[in-house]
Amino acid sequence: MKITVNGAEREAEDGATVAGVVASVTRAPAGVAVALNDQVVPRGDWPTTIVREADRIEVLTAVQGG
Amino acid sequence: MEDPLVIAGETFESRLIMGTGGAPSMNVLEEALTASGTELTTVAMRRVDPGSRGSVLDVLGRCGIRVLPNTAGCFTAGEAVLTAKLARDALETNWVKLEVIADERTLLPDPIELLDAAEQLVDDGFVVLPYTNDDPVLAHRLEQAGCAAVMPLGSPIGSGLGIRNPHNIELIVERAQVPVVLDAGLGTASDAALAMELGCDAVLLATAVTRAQSPALMASAMRHAVTAGRMARLAGRIPKRRYAQASSPWQGLSSGG
Repeated sequence: MKITVNGAEREAEDGATVAGVVASVTRAPAGVAVALNDQVVPRGDWPTTIVREADRIEVLTAVQGG
Repeated sequence: MEDPLVIAGETFESRLIMGTGGAPSMNVLEEALTASGTELTTVAMRRVDPGSRGSVLDVLGRCGIRVLPNTAGCFTAGEAVLTAKLARDALETNWVKLEVIADERTLLPDPIELLDAAEQLVDDGFVVLPYTNDDPVLAHRLEQAGCAAVMPLGSPIGSGLGIRNPHNIELIVERAQVPVVLDAGLGTASDAALAMELGCDAVLLATAVTRAQSPALMASAMRHAVTAGRMARLAGRIPKRRYAQASSPWQGLSSGG
């Protein structure tokens, strides 16, 4: 199935989790947050949240700014 | 002199809040933050970059500085609220510097979206520090909405034009029951001192330091300017007069000549 991660379309296996998607883009142990279709997925829910066809996932962290 | 800044019940010895944008490297940023003496510093939320090395969070952690996420780059209340919630989850803080801008050319706040976002975030339990126009009416509305401080601009972000409307800043200060933080547009130390002399409780700046030729030296200058301006405000300046007032006595002048 196809999902979009940080604006880029990619393939994901059936049953893939948000935790798996996050691990594929960053190794940072903290300071990261996830939005799934514009809703925050709390860190504690990452391992049990299954991604589905056409999901849009944003993985954000803090950068220099302001 | 014990004179802490208190925002939402939290106490800060430093009245200089720093931003982290614009620094040419993490090393330069760390030196500048250390020189500034700041205890509260903003970061932005962006997509993770798998290739990036070194995090601004590591710098803040090493310096023992509290992180203040912002919603920079958001144009609508909806975007800002989502960004604030993501920041809360990522950084484990319910404090947010709320920015909702109207366009990329001026980066001026969109007052309608800003107030909407502030109300939503306050309802959700955030400590909201809104970057706002130098508009006393809007500042008051934001305070009424439950914001923990109001942060009027001196002039557009990154412009270095200083405080273009000191009269409005004074009006905001006179009325506010929450801390007033002069945010954006400062160019050099005298601008920061003026903000404090006008009665602001703190100053928030980034570009003036991070893009100075010597960021650490400018950070130190800002630190001293904020302290000097605050002390001058508390000391009570003399009234301005149209004509001279001799400080030496007239009595006892010799009648030479």
